[in-house]
Amino acid sequence: MAPIDHFLYLSAFLFSAGIVVVIVKRNAIMVLLGIELMLNAANLNLVAFNILQPGLFTGHMFALFVIVVAVCEAAVGLAIVLRVYQHYQTSIPDEIQDLKE
Amino acid sequence: MTIATFMFYFFEVMAALSALALIFVRNVFYGALLLLICLLSLAGIYVLAFAEFVAVTQILIYAGGILVVIIFGIMLTTKISGKPLVVKHGNWLAGIFAGISMAALLMTFFSQESFSVSPIPPVSKYGAIEQIGIQLMTGFALPFEVAGVLLLITLAGAAVIASTIKSKKI
Repeated sequence: MAPIDHFLYLSAFLFSAGIVVVIVKRNAIMVLLGIELMLNAANLNLVAFNILQPGLFTGHMFALFVIVVAVCEAAVGLAIVLRVYQHYQTSIPDEIQDLKE
Repeated sequence: MTIATFMFYFFEVMAALSALALIFVRNVFYGALLLLICLLSLAGIYVLAFAEFVAVTQILIYAGGILVVIIFGIMLTTKISGKPLVVKHGNWLAGIFAGISMAALLMTFFSQESFSVSPIPPVSKYGAIEQIGIQLMTGFALPFEVAGVLLLITLAGAAVIASTIKSKKI
């Protein structure tokens, strides 16, 4: 079996890529994609550390709950993006500066 | 090199490359497809890490659910003109700095620590998926119920936020 270090380095890389996507992109949906990438990096770490404890499934359970919360976050986030787009006719976060019309 | 090791490296390289390409891609739809590649490769890695149930959940919920919702969002926020939704980039300096410092921090930590397998592996008579089912109904019953309530609240909340019916002014 491959050593656990590969999982950890891959998850560190994915997390950093997610941070760069969140900061660099000027579109709300791309920012959501970056957040999904970071959540997946955390999930990969949870699954990887579960290899070190054979017979226990705590890491898997935690990863499942992280997936559930990610679903909620994506649904509510996209609903907010749609609503903001209907109101401001744009999905660029920098151009949305008012809380109320 | 066994076939499992080869597949492990293959999925790892696919995930890393698609995440790297996600930084540079400008079309939002291509970005969603690149994220799909990344999620499916991560599901393959989960299978190789003996987490079959998490892998299946990843494919069903992430690749099947979240990506479809995101693609719906992309299509609903595009002006109907036939041209694809292209993203501008900004804050390159801050983004690169944050990414590189985060990667350096995490990789220094991982290279200094050495993680070892716990010495006495407890033997269980159930398989992995049966074990997860048993745990969901016994030790993790409260988080399971709370997750159900959270999903219900999200369903109602997303429907209310995204609905176009004009509500009365409060």
